[in-house]
Amino acid sequence: MKRGHVLLAALAIGLVWQLLAMLVRQPILPPPLAVLRVFFQDLPGQLGEHFVASLWRVVASMLLSIALAVPAGLVLGQSRRLDRFFSPVIYLLFPIPKVVFVPVVLLFLGIGDFPKIVIIFLILFFQVLVLVRDQAANLRPELIHSVRSLGAGRRALFRFVYLPASLPAILTALRQSIGTAVAVLYVAELFATRRGLGYYIYLHGSTLFDYPRMYAGVLAMSLLGLGLYFLVDWLHHRLCPWQFAT
Amino acid sequence: MIILDQVSFAYPDGTQVLDRFDWHVARGEAWAVLGPSGCGKTTLLYLLAGLRAPAAGEIRVGGERLERPRPTTGLILQDFGLLPWATVRENAALGLRVRGFYGPDGKHAPPDEVVERIHERVDPWLQHLGLLEVADHYPAQISGGQRQRTAIARTLALNPDLLLMDEPFASLDAPTRETLQNLTLQLHSERELTTVIVTHAIEEAALLGRKVLIMGRPPTRRAMIIDNPAAGQGSYRETPEYLAIIRRLRQALEAST
Repeated sequence: MKRGHVLLAALAIGLVWQLLAMLVRQPILPPPLAVLRVFFQDLPGQLGEHFVASLWRVVASMLLSIALAVPAGLVLGQSRRLDRFFSPVIYLLFPIPKVVFVPVVLLFLGIGDFPKIVIIFLILFFQVLVLVRDQAANLRPELIHSVRSLGAGRRALFRFVYLPASLPAILTALRQSIGTAVAVLYVAELFATRRGLGYYIYLHGSTLFDYPRMYAGVLAMSLLGLGLYFLVDWLHHRLCPWQFAT
Repeated sequence: MIILDQVSFAYPDGTQVLDRFDWHVARGEAWAVLGPSGCGKTTLLYLLAGLRAPAAGEIRVGGERLERPRPTTGLILQDFGLLPWATVRENAALGLRVRGFYGPDGKHAPPDEVVERIHERVDPWLQHLGLLEVADHYPAQISGGQRQRTAIARTLALNPDLLLMDEPFASLDAPTRETLQNLTLQLHSERELTTVIVTHAIEEAALLGRKVLIMGRPPTRRAMIIDNPAAGQGSYRETPEYLAIIRRLRQALEAST
């Protein structure tokens, strides 16, 4: 995908927005330029602070889920016995929409950043775990045999085979779940916090009725998701060049 | 070099492949193991590589009882042996990197080897095998023949004394296969490597094996060996002896199945 195309698409969306705003002519749908003005006005101040708070929560849960799900996935992918034991559990837990646990997690973990990080972590963890496990389990036995014949024991197999083989799975899992993660972040930030873009959007939309500010928050949240998406995409090209070589 | 003493092995489903099987390979010999699919020849090779353990009996390689893959045994498989995420050069260096990873512990790597300047050790092999131009390519970007050359380079960079090959050229087209068969012969004579090549192709066994072990319907109990002393060069293909040995091998194979 070319950068120019992304820019053109952004312009097109802005244009449709502008047209809709002109048709509706209500304070509830301000034109994009008015929103952009507020966005840039607020970004160095309040909006920026909320953005950083939200960014930290997502990035922390991403790192936490990688740190825990990758080793677990690699172990399950290698050991048929352990996988037989755990896979029914994962099978049951994986499809449950984790967002329903928001009140539960908040009840147990209280206020602050940690419960919000845990909620997003729950989503990412299963996604990464399942993809890494499948990737490790589907490595061709010929590959494992030939690397073992070079003298590799368990540690070297991890280092030279399982870890690099699971990199694309990690990045794919992250990319697939960023949308959901940011959506759940929004829901999580509606409760028990005064920081974060979710709070910012809700405050300006439903309490203060300051619609341009609310849309500036929506824009910031979209940019947060997009930015993470581009970051993961960039990492994928950077860390897995063989998948893009022609 | 290789001694199999009363070795038995069965698949997990209970099919007996080897039953108190004895076999000897002397240093520097070139062997082909010939048999139809399902006869257990790949299993035999995996046993020699230390990737499987016999249910009974003993395997000795290089004078020592085999319990795990030996650092100086090279193994080349039909396909899928290369890391898809590593370039040709990185793949060829993998064995040395594994050795460097463990250090000279005598278990995963020879006890007397300090791995340094990996590229300087790998690049001459890449050049010898005509791979320098594709050294920065990934396996998916090169031909099947180049992939097998990469696997060969990776093995030879480790300076092995025993080379085990499992149907190494089966998925290649005929001209590439002939070139690589000639290369195998050349390497064998240059480096006095002990080689064991497993194949289902009678012509390949006749060309590459100075001794041919025939495996028929499992379980194999007794080593059926056919001598093929004239083998050793690509030009052997043109001789009447070659055709005669092919006929003999075919008869032996038919008789054993």
